[in-house]
Amino acid sequence: MASVHHIVRVSKVTKTFHLGKVKVQALKGVDLNIAAGHYISIMGPSGSGKSTLFNMIGGLDKPTTGKVFIDEVDIAQLDAYELAWLRCRKIGYIFQTFNLIQVMTALENVTLPMIFSGMHNDAATEKGIRLLKLVGLEDRFLHKPFELSGGQQQRVAVARALANDPAIILADEPTGNLDLSTGEEIIALLKLLSRERKVTVISATHDIKMLNVSDQVVWIRDGRIEKIDEREELSISVGRIGVRE
Amino acid sequence: MTDRYLLADPAKRTSGVNRQVVLPFKKSLEISFKQIRVRFFRSLITTMSLVLAVSFLSFASVSTDVVNGMLATGDPALRQALIHAGYDIEPDATNVGSSPKQRWIIILSLLVCVVGIVNAQLMAVTERFREIGTMKCLGALDRFVLRLFLLEAAMQGLTGAGAGAVIGAVFSLINATLIFGTVAVGNVSWAQVALSVILSAGAGCLLSLAGVFYPAVLAARMQPVEAMRIEQ
Repeated sequence: MASVHHIVRVSKVTKTFHLGKVKVQALKGVDLNIAAGHYISIMGPSGSGKSTLFNMIGGLDKPTTGKVFIDEVDIAQLDAYELAWLRCRKIGYIFQTFNLIQVMTALENVTLPMIFSGMHNDAATEKGIRLLKLVGLEDRFLHKPFELSGGQQQRVAVARALANDPAIILADEPTGNLDLSTGEEIIALLKLLSRERKVTVISATHDIKMLNVSDQVVWIRDGRIEKIDEREELSISVGRIGVRE
Repeated sequence: MTDRYLLADPAKRTSGVNRQVVLPFKKSLEISFKQIRVRFFRSLITTMSLVLAVSFLSFASVSTDVVNGMLATGDPALRQALIHAGYDIEPDATNVGSSPKQRWIIILSLLVCVVGIVNAQLMAVTERFREIGTMKCLGALDRFVLRLFLLEAAMQGLTGAGAGAVIGAVFSLINATLIFGTVAVGNVSWAQVALSVILSAGAGCLLSLAGVFYPAVLAARMQPVEAMRIEQ
């Protein structure tokens, strides 16, 4: 166990927001190590600092104090170009509201990150088709987002997140806008990808369904990590978790 | 400095942090074109203000060319007709310029047009906050976003200003023909007219780009977190 590769390391991170004259401390010292290839759920009520922590891990926001390492690189040290590269190559984002680019077809949405990464157009198209097949949309390449259902849009988003073979997939409430069964399909898809492609999936969620597939559940409350449940403990105490949220 | 480029795990697919993110020009052109096509009606309205302002500019400019063409013939009857039509021509003048009042009206109309473009483009940026944020999350640099907006404005500018300049020139020629008869068009220097049209179109393109610059910079500088936080 000595050589566990930590893809994300969060060390003594605090984050203070200035809302007018009021200072709000969203994170009050968070330490977290995430092992590569795991499926992590970050749980917590709204306002707990969950999204803030999430944005830090995604390199979208910088901590007030403390350090965030992604693949042993301190993100506070990176300039705009390196951050863009990191977002493009290392991290795949999945959003609650899907956030597909409305004017582009499903295929173009998936190929966009590959174009950014400098891949040739034909190679990108070919890989895009392969990824869309992987998420089960083989007959919907040329549909625009508004011609797709919520679940299908989220599948396109999953394919897009995988475009540059990222090390991490960040999913912010990926099932928040989906109905129960579609949500379960997306969760199953993410779990499958995490297992088969060895991608680290980190998802922020309220969704109890996501707990069953998680390797680790991080509970956040009031800007602190309340506790971290491992998979084994979870399966024993699932009933209790159901009660507490 | 170098150690942060090194990886803890050398077996990973990509090594270290690099800085190479690209968006080929052809692809930017394609995206901008799609943006215009999808919002065709709105783009049309934005372009329309440019068409009107530029056609006014072109109309005034070509009218002056027509008058100069008629004066160049040296025919006293034509000179009389021009004075009768309201042009202030000195007894020994061989050409006329635009009057200060006319210049002011043109400048005002162009200013109004720029304000309209800024307004429309600011709205376009606000509308696309989320999309810009998404693109940035996918690795887009500030200048990709800037380039997309500038290209879009350039395309609108070229179409709008081009159409406006031609429309203005045509109307000016028709107008002159109705007032003075075919002699007006017969004596005009076509090189001058072409120059007027090109200059008007060029001015229109510049205005379109000037109008989009601030909104585009605003869009490009936006942090992805802020963009994502906005509810739609």
